[in-house]
Amino acid sequence: MEVRVANVRKEFDRFPALHDVSLDIKSGELIALLGPSGSGKTTLLRLIAGLERPTRGKIFFGDEDASQRSIQERNVGFVFQHYALFRHMTVADNIGFGLKVRHGPSRPPAQEIRRRASELLDLVQLSGLEKRYPAQLSGGQRQRVALARAMAIEPKVLLLDEPFGALDAQVRRELRRWLREIHDATGHTTVFVTHDQEEALELADRVVVMSQGRIEQVGTADDIYDTPNSPFVYGFIGESSSLPVKVENGEIWLADRPIGLAAPHEPSGDATLFFRPHDVELLDGCSGCIAGTVAASRRVAGTRRVELEIGGERQRVEIELPVDHPAAQKSRVAFRPGRWKLFPAT
Amino acid sequence: MADPEIKSYEPHHESQSAAVTESRPARLALMAVAFTFLGIFLLLPLIIVFNEALAKGVGAYTQSLSDPDARSAIRLTLLVAAISVPLNIVFGISAAWAIAKFEFKGKAFLTTLIDLPFSVSPVISGLVYVLLFGAQGLLGGWLKAHGIVILFAVPGIVLATVFVTFPFVARELIPLMQEQGNGDEEAALSLGANGWQTFWYVTLPNVKWGLLYGVLLCNARAMGEFGAVSVVSGHIRGLTNTMPLHVEILYNEYNAVGAFAVASLLAGLALVTLVLKTLLEMRYGAEIAATRGH
Repeated sequence: MEVRVANVRKEFDRFPALHDVSLDIKSGELIALLGPSGSGKTTLLRLIAGLERPTRGKIFFGDEDASQRSIQERNVGFVFQHYALFRHMTVADNIGFGLKVRHGPSRPPAQEIRRRASELLDLVQLSGLEKRYPAQLSGGQRQRVALARAMAIEPKVLLLDEPFGALDAQVRRELRRWLREIHDATGHTTVFVTHDQEEALELADRVVVMSQGRIEQVGTADDIYDTPNSPFVYGFIGESSSLPVKVENGEIWLADRPIGLAAPHEPSGDATLFFRPHDVELLDGCSGCIAGTVAASRRVAGTRRVELEIGGERQRVEIELPVDHPAAQKSRVAFRPGRWKLFPAT
Repeated sequence: MADPEIKSYEPHHESQSAAVTESRPARLALMAVAFTFLGIFLLLPLIIVFNEALAKGVGAYTQSLSDPDARSAIRLTLLVAAISVPLNIVFGISAAWAIAKFEFKGKAFLTTLIDLPFSVSPVISGLVYVLLFGAQGLLGGWLKAHGIVILFAVPGIVLATVFVTFPFVARELIPLMQEQGNGDEEAALSLGANGWQTFWYVTLPNVKWGLLYGVLLCNARAMGEFGAVSVVSGHIRGLTNTMPLHVEILYNEYNAVGAFAVASLLAGLALVTLVLKTLLEMRYGAEIAATRGH
């Protein structure tokens, strides 16, 4: 099922949570809504589910306008952040709930509901736990029961709110891989919300980066990481360093010297240069480079992070070096960014 | 993929640290004060009730209870409880639902209002009904013209009892529902359940022990209420006397055995309530622990 969000605005007590958001989700796609807290990602997910109504704009499921449909009519599978399992029901009853509350001929007989629950438990690899209660399960197991329950109603779209947020790192990584497998096996159009960029980039076909109620960028992990389209995305996804620079006649200047980077299509004037700390080329002599005094040097896992003070204004940037690189011992380091991007100064 | 780690969510009581434990004499003194107090003010009167009731033998005891006026008082008390408790279950659930699950103007006011019966003297609650429904009251003329009798009759007693026992169910449910939030209800709706199914299969089971606890206290109070009922009942023997009122009348007539025989029933009710309450607390405590582990 394709989902199209068209110019949706959502206000809570006149305070806007989403400004004019549009998004096309392809059928069978696995999409991540990624952003810091307060970016509107959960609001967008709840709007798609029908747990909230848009203030303006429409949401389409296929060609059908779903905006005014209730959550029951939309037939979406929603996995809540804290799972919201019914604590007084067994695992099997939880999974069968969506079938049990159907009316008339669409409601399967009790035996069929039990069979479906067992099938789904097999799918989520929890066979044999039918009779357990939610309180008797671990966090990861609850998460999987919640997913099985959402899938039991054969939803058009699967929506997950911070699906791994409440789990420890180890379980999280396992479940991430497992969710991808389930998605590939069942082919549901799936949207999940996360504030964890690693999770979004690793798991999703496309990532929607959100900030302050707006979509900043939509793209594959490669697009988002390699060509961020705004300072926010550059800063939010992965590590980044930035320096205030000036563009003159297609050349980039840092204070009073050119740094050897050409920007022929940029307008002249003040700008901010962004680059990745690990994507730098170290230089010996400095004719067109960025040079700075080593202010601090830290060992981080397999690399060494070096903080440099640049120029008279003592601007600080961070770069990453191989652990035993000789430059780390020096007091002065010169480098030039490999892949970089300029944004107009703010 | 195995997920062997299964956490249990039993409430665990940590042993007290030595720093906050009192010395042995201090502990003994505190316990002695507590037990002496309970003994003099609670246990002793309870023993006296049963002792007086049986002072002239089992025969006199059963005879007092089979007296027509006593039986009428027992019947009326049961009737009043049977009407006012279900009414307050409905009111209590509605009020708790409204307060815990939505935002609306006047919510704080409603919350305060629910506590009113606890803060007002029961006699005042009764008097309000006299002023409202009495012959000289606000609605008295209209009621008389339509032949409706409220005061000094069963409807008045029920109204006064409903008023006095209103907070029990609501106050038990509000914090419970607030703590549970809307998550489970949203989940049920997203799975296709309608409002009624959501209430029946999800909301109600989530609060059932709290509800039962509230109903128990509500019932005990409904059967034992004296002040408000005394004002509106009119004390008509065999007609508008509830058990507590009947006890008072018999006692004023120096019929100690009769008074204490009926009183022993009320004391028995209190003991049963206490046992059920303790059992529920044990059960309900486990439920709350499961909620927290969830």
